[in-house]
Amino acid sequence: MSIDTAPTVSATALDATSGAGPRRDILRRLLMTLGPILVALVIAGCILLAVGVDPLAYYGYVLEKGLFSPLGVQQTLTRMAPLLFLAAGLIVAFRSGMWNLGGDGQFLLGAVTAAASAPVLVEILPAWLALICSFLIAMVVAVIWSLVPALLRAYQGVNEIITTLMMTFLGTSLANVLVKLVFRDPGTTVPQTRTLPVDERLPRLFDTTITSGLLLGLAAIIIVHLVMTRTAFGLKLRIVGANPRAAVHAGLGVPGLTIAVFAISAGLAGLAGAVDIIGVQGNVRADWNPAYGLAVIPAVFLARMNGFAAIGFVFLLSVLSIGGESAARRLGVPNHFTLVLVSIVLIVLALAEYFDHRYNQSRKA
Amino acid sequence: MSSLSSSPAGKRDIVALEGVTKRFPGIVANDGIDLSISPGEVHVLLGENGAGKSTLIGMLSGLQQPDEGRILVDGKPTPITSPRHALALGIGTVFQHMMLVPTLTVAENLLLGGPWWQRPRTEELAARVAEITRSLGITVKLHAKVSELSLGEQQQVEILRAMVRNSRLLILDESTSMLTPKGIEELGALMRRLAEKGLAIVFITHKLKEAAAFGDRISVLKLGRKVGEIPPERFRALGEQEIISEIVELMFGKQKGDPEAAQRPTRTIRADAAPLLEVAGLSVAPTDNAPGLSSISFDIRPGEILGIAGIDGNGQKQLAEALAGQRAATGGSVRLEGAAIEAASVGERRRHGLRYLTDDRLGEGTVGTFPVSINFFLKQVGAAPFWRGGVEQRAEIDRRAAELVREYDVRTPSLKTPVARLSGGNIQKVLLARELAEGAKVVIFNKPTYGLDLANTLASRQRIRDTAARGLAVLLISTDLEELLSMCDRIAVIANGALVGAVENSDDARTKVGRLMIGLAA
Amino acid sequence: MTGLFSEVFLSALLFGAVTAAIPLLLAGLGEQMSEKAGVLNIGIEGMMLAGAYLGFVGSFYSGSLWLGFLTGAVGGVAVALIMALLCVRIGLNQIVIGIALTLGLEGLTALLHHFQFSRSYPRLPAADATVIPLLSDIPVIGPAFFKHHLIVYLAVALVFGMSYLYRRTQLGLNLQAAGDKPAALDVAGIDVVRTRTVAVLTTGALAGLGGAYLANVGAGLFIPFITNGAGFLGIVLAMLARGRPVWVLFGALLFGVCLSLTTAMQVAGINIPTDVIQMLPFLAVMIMLVLFGRRASLPAALGIPYERGAR
Repeated sequence: MSIDTAPTVSATALDATSGAGPRRDILRRLLMTLGPILVALVIAGCILLAVGVDPLAYYGYVLEKGLFSPLGVQQTLTRMAPLLFLAAGLIVAFRSGMWNLGGDGQFLLGAVTAAASAPVLVEILPAWLALICSFLIAMVVAVIWSLVPALLRAYQGVNEIITTLMMTFLGTSLANVLVKLVFRDPGTTVPQTRTLPVDERLPRLFDTTITSGLLLGLAAIIIVHLVMTRTAFGLKLRIVGANPRAAVHAGLGVPGLTIAVFAISAGLAGLAGAVDIIGVQGNVRADWNPAYGLAVIPAVFLARMNGFAAIGFVFLLSVLSIGGESAARRLGVPNHFTLVLVSIVLIVLALAEYFDHRYNQSRKA
Repeated sequence: MSSLSSSPAGKRDIVALEGVTKRFPGIVANDGIDLSISPGEVHVLLGENGAGKSTLIGMLSGLQQPDEGRILVDGKPTPITSPRHALALGIGTVFQHMMLVPTLTVAENLLLGGPWWQRPRTEELAARVAEITRSLGITVKLHAKVSELSLGEQQQVEILRAMVRNSRLLILDESTSMLTPKGIEELGALMRRLAEKGLAIVFITHKLKEAAAFGDRISVLKLGRKVGEIPPERFRALGEQEIISEIVELMFGKQKGDPEAAQRPTRTIRADAAPLLEVAGLSVAPTDNAPGLSSISFDIRPGEILGIAGIDGNGQKQLAEALAGQRAATGGSVRLEGAAIEAASVGERRRHGLRYLTDDRLGEGTVGTFPVSINFFLKQVGAAPFWRGGVEQRAEIDRRAAELVREYDVRTPSLKTPVARLSGGNIQKVLLARELAEGAKVVIFNKPTYGLDLANTLASRQRIRDTAARGLAVLLISTDLEELLSMCDRIAVIANGALVGAVENSDDARTKVGRLMIGLAA
Repeated sequence: MTGLFSEVFLSALLFGAVTAAIPLLLAGLGEQMSEKAGVLNIGIEGMMLAGAYLGFVGSFYSGSLWLGFLTGAVGGVAVALIMALLCVRIGLNQIVIGIALTLGLEGLTALLHHFQFSRSYPRLPAADATVIPLLSDIPVIGPAFFKHHLIVYLAVALVFGMSYLYRRTQLGLNLQAAGDKPAALDVAGIDVVRTRTVAVLTTGALAGLGGAYLANVGAGLFIPFITNGAGFLGIVLAMLARGRPVWVLFGALLFGVCLSLTTAMQVAGINIPTDVIQMLPFLAVMIMLVLFGRRASLPAALGIPYERGAR
């Protein structure tokens, strides 16, 4: 039986598309989004207890550094820049029913490409033009990286979860090869790319250390949200995501739209990598992989694929990320804890949705 | 007319329902039903779509539990908790939608249900099956994969499965929708033989004629309630026509004649008008689970309704999809008003005036989670005035949607309601509005009244007639012969992906079509 | 430099291929059973990691590899239990839960390892090999295939055991029905949820065992993310194998060769950067998917939770 191997469960299953409800609805929504986070914090806290760490101290440090210290908040906002691009890419993909899990590979290749091209370009072009070119090259490389999974899904119905994951593993190794062998800075002993001088990076906002990349990220996610909800193109993508057969029946060119979705999603991930290098890091060190791609997934789900809500949840994730790094140094809890917390949030959220659905059903009966 | 063999009065019922009620969100599917099922009798459950028949069956076969009332088996109150329990009690069900695993053979399907650690007992099964098929006069290919069997053969396998499990009560749910007229007769005869062997048979249908022809006892269901029963004695006393009138009275109150009585269409079609749709030699390659089409040709003139009759699964859906552009053709031509569209995309064909109303309303025709308003324009995404420069114009969409809701009498709480919440009949109205509202020249209807209750069925049929009266060309694909006879000017029969003949809808059309369907010349 | 085709190189390559293949084989067999029954198990990477960590811990503290295998399998089953409860019984989205489980176990095992072993990074002694007489004397092939730990031979035997299970037992029929048409299974009186749960738990056990083998025999230690995609490779194997366990074996060996090229190259004295070689298995996967992806046959009800009498 040759059937479509693409997953039949749509990511938009968690998407709320019915119109705005009354006040009670808003309260329910609030409960449904904050509730899972709180429950997850408690469960993760228990795990911390089990390994002998005081959870309250941990969360305290996270908030202290991530939110309540002026320097920390700036770092948090800076960290949001690449995360917002990644979230934007995921929103496009998930609302179209496609599981682009290749974000990390696309991110790294975009980052490496930007790291390789920017220092060279700023020497021959005016700064603003050089950076724009660098961003574009990074985007194109990431898009190319998504081409094979996109074509396989569009024309052969091959499950994109597997293909994009494989491309991520490939991309991570390829990025390392590029850093260590091709783009390696001959002037340093540590394997890394040529560093983009701080003056040439994306300007900071006003007097802070926040990169202006944050503004680019906000723009990206808001544009994505508006396109998905207000334009014909966005509607077509959502139809493909909600009911692929109806999309065929309605005469939408599904293969073309599929490739477009992958391209946009990957391009945004590539831009995320570029923004992280050009705005923050300045270079790529060997074996560097912050693995933001998968950590952003729960934020996007919590936001129910809504761009504006996603900004809020990406902020929370950012706080956790920055604060977690600090807590790691002070309490000896490695960053891996973030992964644990984030995955518990995802599971609790899914459970919460289920119980909420059941509750609604029994109320109607 | 059927006759009962031996049925002493006061015999114990195998199964009895007392005051059984079942509710789903927003609807009472069964309301206080009393029913008694006795061995040696064919008990017909008659009711239109939505009357609650399938829910009742679900409870008898252990798939659902009643909310109120009780079920008695052999006189003792016995809640039927699961399909396994139902089987253990001797209740076997042949469902409307096939419950066989397509990738397994007949034998493997019959063996499903044994203890998991065992080797399947194939020899034992073969012996048992041979015994049963001999006494019933049917033949079954034990080692064929179920996906290779025809629908009628699959049904026989399901009946066989119930027999292998020593069922005492056999429930047949709408089993005739997939059969030829001859196949229906054979099924009726088979039920008679089973009843004579002492089984209790429950036969569910919405077709009056079948109920009258095959039953010993008829219980009539309407909107979840049992509105009447015709016991065997009364059955034997009356003729078929009288039985039908009595049933009609039970279901619809005193009415003149049968609401489903055949009407002959009274449109006049100009014989010299150029055909709106010309199909010549249309062929489609077969796939794993769909037959191909071989060289299909027909014309439809403006104002004409051409019907496609045939057993489900003989290429009807593929024909509709090939015409609409959803399925690639390997050969042939399709012309709409003279323009060749066989190479055009779905959207381009629509712009030429082709419309396709799919039978799969929620799976393909609409996006269930999207609001009613958007579903009206699913096939026009991006088109002015609803989108300008790619941006959605909400006011325009809502305005036109409200108009369509009024015009086509769509009952919906609001324009924003997700379309999946509407009843089947109202979803069909949304589809009708979308396809017929403007610019249509040729309309393809695929099983348009499937699953609708009587009121919506009649309304849909009227719309189709009105469509033709406006001068459009209509292709009506249906498995309901009565529907085709009451609406079409000509009826063609499709079998194995080819058109085997077409007849004018005259007085003897029923016989001619029946003959074509079983492979004889009309 | 001993050269690319010397006996030493080939032997080392093939030996390493088998060692690398076993975790893939077990993961693939496990995923195959889940998919047959209609469950898309993305969380298998998490199950392998749980198996690797608990397997290592078990072996380390008890001194017995077999006990380590047992604890590894138990670890995999524990994760599979969560999957069975949430996805099969309750019906939550299998993909979301699978991703969550993988992420969570990646983090959890890394976390636990940090707190337990990050200062010492203990290693296990090399595993005993069960040498098969006569066969192991064949040049090149002998030392490559017939000098492994007993569990390797058992894993290969398992391939044929699963084949028999699928084709000759009622359970095999039940699994196929659960994946292709669960309603038919239900109507035949078998509990669909229970059948699928059995499949998922078995997957957990096999994946956990595979992870334990990787940590205890393959690497001799545990480091975070040690599986490095082995679980996902298992999913690919299951997808391409079209329901036949034997194909999983062949595919696993193929990928095993790619994975073992790194060490084999070093043995042969050839100097190619590790990162390049690490790309090979995934490159092989993509090529396979491009060539054969279309023909991957998956059960009709894959990924859809079963609801009796769903309206």
